[in-house]
Amino acid sequence: MRVLAAMSGGVDSAVAAALAVDAGHDVTGVHLALSRNPGTLRTGSRGCCTVEDAFDARRVADRLGIPFYVWDFSEEFAEDVVADFLSEYAAGRTPNPCLRCNEKIKFAALLDRALALGFDAVATGHHVRLVDGVLHRSVDAAKDQSYVLAVLTADQLRHTVFPLGELTKAQVRAIAAERGWAVAAKPDSYDICFIPDGDTRGYLAEKLGRQPGTVVDGVSGEVVAEHDGWYGYTVGQRRGLHLSRPAPDGRPRYVLGIEPVSGTVTVGPADGLDVTVITGDRLVWSTGRPPGFPLRTVAQLRAHGGQVTGSADLVDGRLRLVLDAPTRGVAPGQTVVLYDRDDRYVLGAATIVRAA
Amino acid sequence: MTYLDHAATTPVLPQVVEAVAAALRQTGNASSLHAAGRAARRRVEEAREGIAEDLGARPSEVLFTSGGTEADNLAVQGLFRARRAADPGRRRILVPALEHHAVLDTVEHLAAHEGAEIGWLEVDDFGRVHADTLAAAIAENPGDVALVTVMWANNEIGTVNPVRELAEVAHRHGIPLHTDAVQAVGTLPVHFARSGADALSVSGHKIGGTVGTGLLLLRREAAVRPLAFGGGQERGLRPGTLDVAGAAGLAVAVHDAVMHRDERVATLSALRDDLVRRVSAAVGGVRLTGDSGGSVVDGGPSRLPGNAHLLVAGCEGDSLLMLLDAAGVECSTGSACTAGVSRPSHVLLGLGMAEREARGALRVTLGHTSTSSDVDALVAAIAPAVSRARDAAAAAARRAAAVTR
Repeated sequence: MRVLAAMSGGVDSAVAAALAVDAGHDVTGVHLALSRNPGTLRTGSRGCCTVEDAFDARRVADRLGIPFYVWDFSEEFAEDVVADFLSEYAAGRTPNPCLRCNEKIKFAALLDRALALGFDAVATGHHVRLVDGVLHRSVDAAKDQSYVLAVLTADQLRHTVFPLGELTKAQVRAIAAERGWAVAAKPDSYDICFIPDGDTRGYLAEKLGRQPGTVVDGVSGEVVAEHDGWYGYTVGQRRGLHLSRPAPDGRPRYVLGIEPVSGTVTVGPADGLDVTVITGDRLVWSTGRPPGFPLRTVAQLRAHGGQVTGSADLVDGRLRLVLDAPTRGVAPGQTVVLYDRDDRYVLGAATIVRAA
Repeated sequence: MTYLDHAATTPVLPQVVEAVAAALRQTGNASSLHAAGRAARRRVEEAREGIAEDLGARPSEVLFTSGGTEADNLAVQGLFRARRAADPGRRRILVPALEHHAVLDTVEHLAAHEGAEIGWLEVDDFGRVHADTLAAAIAENPGDVALVTVMWANNEIGTVNPVRELAEVAHRHGIPLHTDAVQAVGTLPVHFARSGADALSVSGHKIGGTVGTGLLLLRREAAVRPLAFGGGQERGLRPGTLDVAGAAGLAVAVHDAVMHRDERVATLSALRDDLVRRVSAAVGGVRLTGDSGGSVVDGGPSRLPGNAHLLVAGCEGDSLLMLLDAAGVECSTGSACTAGVSRPSHVLLGLGMAEREARGALRVTLGHTSTSSDVDALVAAIAPAVSRARDAAAAAARRAAAVTR
């Protein structure tokens, strides 16, 4: 196969490209330039968007003896990921930009271009297994990335290769070290790549501007604080609320809801956070067709952790997920991914519109 | 491999390799006083004299540098600082936005940190600066202009500027003019004295010399502040132990470039015109950017003879470059860049082109080793490559449209 390996400059995509070469594919490496003003040197735990990262990717491609190019996707990234991130926050939702980047850039813009240019598939360094068109969790549960790929359609997955699914992260690093690559010891990246200092609140404040509003106690209806922007809050947040007075019963209060139009943030006791019914739209079936509903499922509510069990059904074209036990920290805009009841493979994904 | 990126760098001439190797076998610091030192100095000075002769300069006007970028920096920063030291009111630098980054970034640095004010010189549709444009810009306030810097020929689109006329205009007000002639030597009649320029940058590796060699031609009368300080070499403007082998190689390259200029102009223009004609016939929607090259500027062609800068409608130069590379044909989307990312060219944007249009740029440049079989190879590879690249662009457009819906 002619394979286009997306190389971020990190150890995972480097080893993925190497394994694609070892598998006998005709591999070309591509680094995506996503930032309009890339930094020269890497800072903090970011691992993809500086000139140094492009350099690291290039050096791996050199060692593999494969052609290497840097493609500018900064325009698409600015529109489909960064602007989307801001507008989602502005609408009071909590988006996951990495997931959006997979959905719109790596497995859309890049994949389209690769196929049109004569490649058969795109390879990435995601920790996930693709078995007969079904997305399975990685053998390394701690590094599994099936959640951020569950929004891909069957059509997208058909032209995708994930060479790392059978490996643990430790094995990936060992392969890179054996080959003598500098990226073997490169730190994992956790932060949002376009927020270099990891200060999401500060970034939102700068981009969305000061938008004063009030924090209201949902029980008493009293205004308990003023704020400079509702985007500084997340549903489930407890710390940093700066409330003017304690609750009548002295119990801690949490952000229960955000109403961006009026700028009102509602706080209340922890039990107000408990969610048992989740409604989702924008359904995606990565196998190409919906599973047989109703069904028992393990649902994952965020990129790391957050697995819960429950029963899922389709109601008026929307997903209705009833959890076996209440859970917390569920916000509209987040993606819920349904796995089979044994939590091994992806059934589908939906965007949460309501949690109650 | 078919190498069609001679404006990025061109093969080193065998006789340059010989000259450099011969010089490297000799020991001697050109500043030493003993026999070995004198011999080294002699090789440097013979190189200097040869270059001066070939480029219409006096030997004392030849300053060896590490290349075009350093020469541009020394000229622009050095002239600016000296002129400002003489009269603090001189802060304006007149420059077209189409300059190479070695000049642009230097000027922008001076504006950001040393109080320079940039006066952007308008260009015509070919990217050329006209004498009356410069005259009008100076007339705004002749007393506050520190210097004028205009490249002899553009590295991306090949347009040649009327340097002699521009220098005349600047000199009417006693303003010095620097010109980046990195792409010009070898195919244009670069004669320092006749050009009237006060400073002129040359690079070795664009003319068959080695990377890391270059020079600044600087009039004896020109006041320039140095960028670095040390042992006083090169009129105290470019101190440091002289690179004997580099100078020897550069002299050979310059001599070759000047001696073969007429025949190369003829050969390269013919190859270029054939290339443009055949590529346009093989692929629809291709046009040559800039000047056709049919007219005359200062006794030379109005466009660099080896330059074919093409705009291919409906595709990204990036895709095209990769597909041609895979087919064994090496060209460029613009100028080479360290980050390896091709952004829409500032030259094309400076011509008023939209970003999308500018992304379809393909720069094909011929040089001293080019033959008609190179053109044949490009013509054979271009149609399937463009067709694929257009498919890719169409797929992206469909996706963008779907997102908008």
